[in-house]
Amino acid sequence: MSTDTAAAPVESTPTAPETKRARKHRKFSPWSVVAWIVALGFFFPVAWMVLTAFKQEGDAYTTPPKLFFTPTLDQFKAVLDSGIGTALLNSAFATAMSTILVLVLGVPAAFALSLRPVRKTKDALFFFISTKMLPIVAAIIPLYVIVNDIGLLDNIWALIILYTAMNVPIAVWMMRSFFLEVPGELLEAASMDGASLWTSVREVILPLVSPGIAATALICVIFSWNEFFFAVNLTAVQAQTIPVFLVGFITGEGLYWARLSAAATLAALPVILAGWVAQNKLVRGLSFGAIK
Amino acid sequence: MADIAYKGASCIYENADTLAVDTLDLDIEDGEFIVLVGPSGSGKSTALRMLAGLEDIDEGTIEIGGKDMVGVPSKDRDIAMVFQNYALYPNKTVGENMGFALKMRGVGVEERKKKVADAAKLLDLTDYLDRKPGKLSGGQRQRVAMGRAIVREPQVFCMDEPLSNLDAKLRVQTRTQIAALQRRLGTTTVYVTHDQVEAMTMGDRVAVLKNGKLQQFSAPTELYDRPTNAFVAGFIGSPAMNLMTMPIVSDGVRLGNSTLALERDQLSALHAAGLETVTVGVRPEQLELSTGDGGIEVIVDLVEELGSESYVHTHIAGDGTQLTARSLTRTPARLADTVSLHKRDGAVHLFHPETGERIGD
Repeated sequence: MSTDTAAAPVESTPTAPETKRARKHRKFSPWSVVAWIVALGFFFPVAWMVLTAFKQEGDAYTTPPKLFFTPTLDQFKAVLDSGIGTALLNSAFATAMSTILVLVLGVPAAFALSLRPVRKTKDALFFFISTKMLPIVAAIIPLYVIVNDIGLLDNIWALIILYTAMNVPIAVWMMRSFFLEVPGELLEAASMDGASLWTSVREVILPLVSPGIAATALICVIFSWNEFFFAVNLTAVQAQTIPVFLVGFITGEGLYWARLSAAATLAALPVILAGWVAQNKLVRGLSFGAIK
Repeated sequence: MADIAYKGASCIYENADTLAVDTLDLDIEDGEFIVLVGPSGSGKSTALRMLAGLEDIDEGTIEIGGKDMVGVPSKDRDIAMVFQNYALYPNKTVGENMGFALKMRGVGVEERKKKVADAAKLLDLTDYLDRKPGKLSGGQRQRVAMGRAIVREPQVFCMDEPLSNLDAKLRVQTRTQIAALQRRLGTTTVYVTHDQVEAMTMGDRVAVLKNGKLQQFSAPTELYDRPTNAFVAGFIGSPAMNLMTMPIVSDGVRLGNSTLALERDQLSALHAAGLETVTVGVRPEQLELSTGDGGIEVIVDLVEELGSESYVHTHIAGDGTQLTARSLTRTPARLADTVSLHKRDGAVHLFHPETGERIGD
């Protein structure tokens, strides 16, 4: 999701300094080559994975690796037949529910901690971030015992609760920075216009911070979707999520690279799509025309 | 439309030692245009915000239309405010910005549209009703902020330095428009500014504040002609009044090599107060350059030519005390010239050298 601006043309009518800048950009720069090489380097494994997903097993495992081949959808069919459906649904459900819960809990918290600070606000914020300092490995044993005792082992709700707890601190910190950018006078103006607190938030503040909410939601989606440690320890068959399924896929059918690539592509697709959708929201509407 | 009364109103910020607003007493009549003026930190914005309900009234009370406003939230006070930074809702169009308060009150769509259209016509905003604030110039945004206040037809307008962010020419233009608008609508208005020119030209009465305390509350001409203390004297008028503390001699005050004559009743007031020195206030237009004898000998530091008049900044030879004089001629003097200043007819202002209070009439 990167845009390389090294060779971006200047579209608006250039003023004198702008023309200079545009001319600088148009001139060939060796750094742009380096940038492209690095970008391709990062992108290459993903691209190769997607490419391999369309190959027959034979094509996938050749030395030297094949670049040209006849594409096929057989691998995807095989993956879909082998039960990825349940894992996808579980992941989707856990991600969606935990993200919704995070927003429902985190956005009001961030509002309180930014626009209505009190003396203990800094302490509360530090407490939030301190929960991320604990290594998960240290917590897994007590967590396992608790989840077992309340009967939520191999239940997707255990993951939902844990993902929510895991992401709320990040969401609060991210949303807080967006709320802090809202000019305090807007709330005062709304209050003078007769709006109650809830109405001001709904009509004035939320539209302004919606790019921030989109960004936060995207981060939560990514973290929940990719989360492996809780999922592998607290689920078995029914609540299995995608990362766990993929790992099982490897040990079970370790040498079938094409099929593995197909499974991985399917696993990554939802998050890439979410990122693509949220990207537009992030870019648009970040200008505040209200103040000066 | 309502009258406003500040009765011993005070406000103190958390963790602050001094009061931001110190027992302010103001009686504002219905329909008056009152200006609160003062330097930064004088408490004028805080006093306005106390009226609007955005700051707590820690002591005393504020009454609007006879009703006590302590504890009443802003949305129930029927006050419209124009902020320094306009505070327009960026995601709403101009029309929606102006109609927001009416929407909150539950006014129907048709009536809302009509009221917004009327206000837009008054402010020349009819062509911009569908634009968002981000696409407007500073002056246009300022008019939208005013329109948002007007549409509500409130009891009181509060304006917090609304012209500060405009360029000088636009500021002059807009200030006449605001004054005309207020006269037309007849709504009681409290206007805060640090610009004393705005205060003098717009207000029916002006309240000068310093460090949270009220210094003087009177009509602009009264402020100019009879300032109650040295601070008000030095604050109102541009360029500022010349203020200097000088020893008293038999028939006046010594200024450099000469004596500035005082009226008889001023002299008797000084004797009654038993003072040896006094702070004298002389406005630049009371001093004229001349070559005759008997004036105050000064050396020219700077001449500012404005086209219509010139200001000559000087200092008393040997003394260092600075004096500014106004001249209606071009090139009245050159740098480092020695000229003499004469006081034109008219009394000077006298203030107590320590308290700053006015002495005499």
